[in-house]
This record gives sequence, C-alpha cells and structure tokens, in this order.
Amino acid sequence: MLLIDTEACIGCGLCEDNCPFEAIHVVDGKAVVNDSCTLCGTCVDHCEVAALAIERDEGEAIDLAAWSGIWVFAEYRGGKVAQVTNELLGVGTELAAQRGVKLAAVLLCGQSGDVPQQLIAAGADIVYIVEDPALADFSDDAYGNALEDLARKYKPEVILAGATAIARSFIPRVATSLITGLTADCTNLAIGDDGHLHQTRPAFGGNIMATIICPKHRPQMATVRPMVMKANTPDPARQGEIIVETIAPVRLQSRARVVRTVFTEGEQLNLSEADVVVAGGRGLDTREGFKLVEELAALLDGAVGASRAAVDSGWVGYPHQVGQTGKTVASKLYVACGISGAIQHVIGMKSSEIIVAINRDPKATIFDVADYGVVGDLFEILPRVIEKIKERRS
Amino acid sequence: MRIVVCIKQVPDAKDVRLDPVTNTLSREGVKSVINPYDRHAMEEGVRLKEQYGGTVTVISMGPPQAKAILSEAISCGVDDAFLVSDRAFAGSDTLATTYTLAQAIKKSGAVDLVLCGKQATDGDTAQVGPGLAARLDMPYVTCVKKINAIKDQVMRVERMMDDGYDEVEIELPALLTVVKEINVPRFPSLRGLRKAKTFDIPSYSAADIDADPAQLGLGGSPTWVVKVFPPECKGERSMIEGSLEEIADKLAGILSDSAYGA
Ligand SMILES: Cc1cc2nc3c(=O)[nH]c(=O)nc-3n(C[C@H](O)[C@H](O)[C@H](O)COP(=O)(O)OP(=O)(O)OC[C@H]3O[C@@H](n4cnc5c(N)ncnc54)[C@H](O)[C@@H]3O)c2cc1C
Ligand SMILES: Cc1cc2nc3c(=O)[nH]c(=O)nc-3n(C[C@H](O)[C@H](O)[C@H](O)COP(=O)(O)OP(=O)(O)OC[C@H]3O[C@@H](n4cnc5c(N)ncnc54)[C@H](O)[C@@H]3O)c2cc1C
Repeated sequence: MLLIDTEACIGCGLCEDNCPFEAIHVVDGKAVVNDSCTLCGTCVDHCEVAALAIERDEGEAIDLAAWSGIWVFAEYRGGKVAQVTNELLGVGTELAAQRGVKLAAVLLCGQSGDVPQQLIAAGADIVYIVEDPALADFSDDAYGNALEDLARKYKPEVILAGATAIARSFIPRVATSLITGLTADCTNLAIGDDGHLHQTRPAFGGNIMATIICPKHRPQMATVRPMVMKANTPDPARQGEIIVETIAPVRLQSRARVVRTVFTEGEQLNLSEADVVVAGGRGLDTREGFKLVEELAALLDGAVGASRAAVDSGWVGYPHQVGQTGKTVASKLYVACGISGAIQHVIGMKSSEIIVAINRDPKATIFDVADYGVVGDLFEILPRVIEKIKERRS
Repeated sequence: MRIVVCIKQVPDAKDVRLDPVTNTLSREGVKSVINPYDRHAMEEGVRLKEQYGGTVTVISMGPPQAKAILSEAISCGVDDAFLVSDRAFAGSDTLATTYTLAQAIKKSGAVDLVLCGKQATDGDTAQVGPGLAARLDMPYVTCVKKINAIKDQVMRVERMMDDGYDEVEIELPALLTVVKEINVPRFPSLRGLRKAKTFDIPSYSAADIDADPAQLGLGGSPTWVVKVFPPECKGERSMIEGSLEEIADKLAGILSDSAYGA
C-alpha cells in the first residue's frame, strides 16, 4: 500500500509530475493515489516533505547466512564461451572480494574441453561442471533443472547470467522454481551497505533506471546486459578448483528438443564486438544516402550500425540496429550520422569510448552523449571526410 | 485446442519520453495500449484456431481500466476474455505476477497452449513467460518467430537466438512467447466490433482465483524497487566548427586517429 500522510502533504505535485503510471494526482491540495499504482516508489523518492511511504508486509526472511558465494552461469554454445561470461567474471571478481567469498562459474555442456581453465583464467575460483549429452544443445528444461539442483546443493548468495537469448529464456524458470527474485537486463551491480546486491536496470524503453534489491530471498539473481561490465585480463597461470557434478538423468529429460540450429549473420556478432562502428539514421534520407555510412565504415575498418528509423526504412538489415531493441555496442569509436539521439538508441551505444555525432540540428540530443559534435549537412560533410581520410592513408 | 493468450496494458511507448528540462517522464496525453508483442501473440492464437479449430481466451492482470484492451482483443477475433483485478495485486514483481496469472489460468480450465509476448514494453523484463510456464509445469519456447506445424500434440517452432535460430519440437500443453516477426496482426473486424460492444468482460478478484494472499502483490514479491531515476548523460563534448574544409579536415583527423590508433 502507498501511505499518504495528508497532514504532511503540501500538495506540491512533485509526485504527480514524476509518477511513471499516472497513478497519483493532487486533488484539493492533497495527493490521492489510484488503481494504476504499481508501488514502484518513484513518488516516495521525489516527495520533499516525506508525506509518502510504502508499507511492506515485513514477512520473515529466509536464513540469509546459509547462502554464500557468487556464481556466474558460463554460457557455452557452438564451441565458444560467450563474451558476456568473461564480463560477468570481471564484475563477479569485485563483488566476491567485497563480500569476502569465492567466485564460481557453472558450466553446463556436452563436453567441457579446456573451457574450465579458460573460466579460471578469466577470474573463477571454482568451476562446477556438468557434462552430459543432454546438455549439448540448449534446453530450458535440462539447463533449468541442472542449475536449480546445483543452487539447492551449494546455496550461492548471487547467481549472474548474461542477458542473452539463452539465459533470458531459462533463468526466469530457475528463479521461479527457487522462489526468489530476478532482476532483468542489469547495467550496474554493486554490494550495498546493507550487504545486498543492488541491481540497476533500465525500464520503460530506457526512459528510466531502477535500482532493485532482493532482501529476503536467496539467491539474488540477475541477468546482465552484454558489453557493459569489464572483463578481467585473462591470466592463464591462475589456479582454481574444478568440481565435476552429475545431475539425475530424469532431471535432464526435456519436453522440447532442438531439431536443427541455423547460424546466420556472422556480422551480427561483429557489430557488438567491433572497435569502430559507423552508424546512420533517418538523416541519410535514402538507401543511396546510407551508402555513405557504409563507405566510411569500410574505410575505417569498422562495422555498420543503424538507428531503428534506418532499419525500418529498409536501408539496412535488423542485425545492424543499435539500441534498446537492437545490439549494445561498446566500441572504441562510434560515429553517429543523422541520428537524433533518442534514448532507445543512446542506451545501446553510450558506453563507447569516443562518440562523434554529425547532425544538422544543433539541438539534437545525440550531442549530449557525444565527445565531438559537428553541426552540418551530412551530404556535404561525409563525402569530404571520406576523401580526406583516403588522402591521409595514401 | 484451447488457447490462452496473456496480454498486458502498457503506456504507448512512442509517447513516453524524458523531459530534458525537468528530467522527468513526461506522459501528457499518453494512451494505454495493448503491449505491442501481445498483439502478435493474440493474432497467432486466432490463426491457430482458424487452422486447427478450438477457442482463444485472452486474460490480463491489471487495474479495472485494462478491460479496454480485453474488449479490443474481442474485436480482433478472440472468443473469450477476462480480467484479474484486485488491489492486492499492486506492486507485483514477475514472481507474484506469474503466480497470479497461473492461478487464473488453472481456474479457467484445461489449456493446450499459452501464448505470451516476448516482453512488455514498460517492465521490459521478458520474465513472465518462462516464469508462468514453470508455475504451470509446462515446457516452453521463448522468442518464437514461426510455428511450422502441430501434429500429434507436438509442435514445431522456430526460436530466435543471438546468432541465428533453432528449430524446436515441443510437446503440448506448452507455452510460447512470440516476437513481432511471427505475423502481422489484423485489424478489428466489423463482426468483432459488434461482439465487443455487447461482451461483458468478467473481472476476478484474488479470492475468485483461490489465491494465497501471501504470494500476491508487494508481499509476494522478492524484488523491491528501491530507487527510480533518469539515465545520466555524458555531457562533455567539443564542437568542431569552421568552414566545410576545416571541419572535414579536423574530423578526418579525429576519425583516423581513433580508428587506426594515433
Ligand atoms: C520501445 C522502443 C524501442 C526502440 N528501440 C530502438 C532501438 O533499439 N534503436 C533505435 O535506434 N531506436 C529505437 N527506437 C526508436 C527511437 O525512439 C527513435 O525513433 C529512433 O532512434 C530515431 O531514429 P533516427 O535518429 O535515425 O531518426 P530521427 O529521430 O528522425 O532523427 C534523424 C536526425 O537526422 C538529422 N538530419 C536529417 N537530415 C540531415 C542531414 N542532411 N544532415 C545532418 N543531419 C540530418 C535530423 O536533424 C535528426 O536529428 C525505439 C523506440 C521504442 C518506442
Ligand atoms: C521500473 C520497474 C522495474 C522492474 N524490474 C523488475 C525486475 O527486474 N524483476 C521483476 O521481477 N520485476 C520487475 N518489475 C515488476 C514487473 O514490471 C511486473 O512484475 C510486471 O507485472 C510484469 O513484468 P513485465 O512488465 O516485465 O512483463 P514481461 O515479462 O516483459 O512480459 C512478457 C509477457 O508476459 C505477459 N504479461 C506480463 N504481464 C502481464 C499481465 N499483467 N497480464 C497479462 N499478461 C502479462 C504478456 O504476454 C507479456 O508480453 C519492475 C517494475 C518496474 C516499475
């Protein structure tokens, strides 16, 4: 319940202005809440006279101390460890140090090869391995049951996974079976003074950020957006413990089977991992115009990115889309051409090191995230820049 | 085949934007709409019904205003609709949401297929589909872009992956979450609109669905949102100015230095 102290309320309307759900209004000088309230707490944060509070049923917490250690789900598909796994081991190293516990990776696979050693080199103190033909292909049933069983046995306080197609599919099932909280698509993780994991994530298409905790249940679970956390530099000499586990065969049976896997669009991966991305938006006007972006990208040995407007116009394929509903990139150089800087786009590229924006509108919000800005017409600037770079290279 | 489609009412995303001056969400005149992915789930349900026979029921958990989207669903060809609505549901995270939806679905009778959108555009977690499947003890496939066939209670579907797609066989009863690529939703038909006009949408409370109060709403939610704030901006930028020649020169320098290393 949202509690409104009508004595304290001064009817200033800050709650009304800030509510993402239009659930609170000032009526006759006092705040009044309606049925749309989701108890998100935004109004409580904004109230300057402490007139608002959320009443929580102070239910019993489980025995939190029984759960210890930070776990990372090691995603392994098509013979490769996902890059996000290394990033999770990077942030996991810090979290484990702050909590004074060990960092473990959990590897579910058909055959592990030298992957455990790679995971140790990337920061894991312990690697739990389950090798079984039933885990060779991803399956929600088998992966979910295996991770659930291991979590019940070893009781980690935190389980992190990448916000990838695989983990976003089976991790919610694990959280539901363990009756615990799961925060989606996090972009920041930190241990708070209260000892809980503070998980920050974008919501509302990136328009707001929310910090979420899971104070009374364990494990605290989160999926984490790729390309946001920093991986450790691999240390092949690092030592760690490898623990081989087996899961009861009935738990590895699956009611859904992969009959065929089709790998497409190698370029999709290149985009998230590219050092240089040249991206174009609606400002390029036509498919012809968009070719300028492709030419500049090729010249800089970079990948081609695009806003949703450019993708929707059919100038370039969806795998090139950067943003909330596309790829997240963290390139060394990101060149945004004719892109206005909508938050849904920005969220996918703002962690790039150097951002250059070209736009004819001096007020375009893309300049707010840019390191270098140019106000001008793309069709004048890009061809000249392309020529100049060619001159420099020859 | 009895198909249940879960739909959520969300603020129209194209209207929600951050006011750069006050740094708050400006929602003036923001309409509430059916979550865009759920339109595709509904459409797929109706298509399956047309091809294989059966019925399609849509359900939503939300405030009384959410009846509007259920009514719209009726006009788009679904057979039946109901709302689950109770103050006790406020503050539900995905764990409490899936508990509530699962109770409502179980109460409504046996189901062969549950369809959800891939994600809702407001909460954006994509966790309700898989969580609901776990609650209903059903197998599931997320991010389905195509249903190829249903034969002998086995369904063959294509699932989008980060690096391509998988073709998956799944036993019914099952749950699928769908992406936009799966179909193009139809517009309301005249017949549908007429039906929607007279269709009285029932609303069920927590007690109606035999829910355990401890598992509902804020109290049944392990996750707590402790802070909500606007995303930060980078801010420090230098503008490159001058004649076209000068700009092109400087820009070419910056680009080649950063791309090839200085
Ligand atoms: C739920 C949701 C998810 C979304 N996901 C994404 C996403 O993943 N990625 C994404 O990009 N968008 C996404 N969007 C869309 C986003 O809100 C914007 O609509 C989109 O990014 C706009 O693309 P744009 O910047 O290319 O186009 P516009 O906003 O139209 O901007 C074009 C810009 O080009 C400039 N311009 C025009 N002509 C010239 C010229 N000759 N020279 C120089 N400059 C010129 C204009 O000044 C303008 O700033 C999403 C939206 C929603 C609601
Ligand atoms: C800022 C903010 C951040 C949040 N972050 C988290 C978080 O990290 N973890 C968490 O557990 N909860 C979180 N929540 C709560 C979460 O938004 C709600 O639990 C919500 O009811 C369901 O989640 P969703 O909108 O993400 O749905 P999704 O899981 O994205 O929805 C997927 C599909 O499930 C179906 N569905 C979802 N909700 C309903 C419904 N009410 N009625 C019918 N069908 C439905 C639809 O088919 C939909 O397409 C957050 C809430 C806020 C306000």
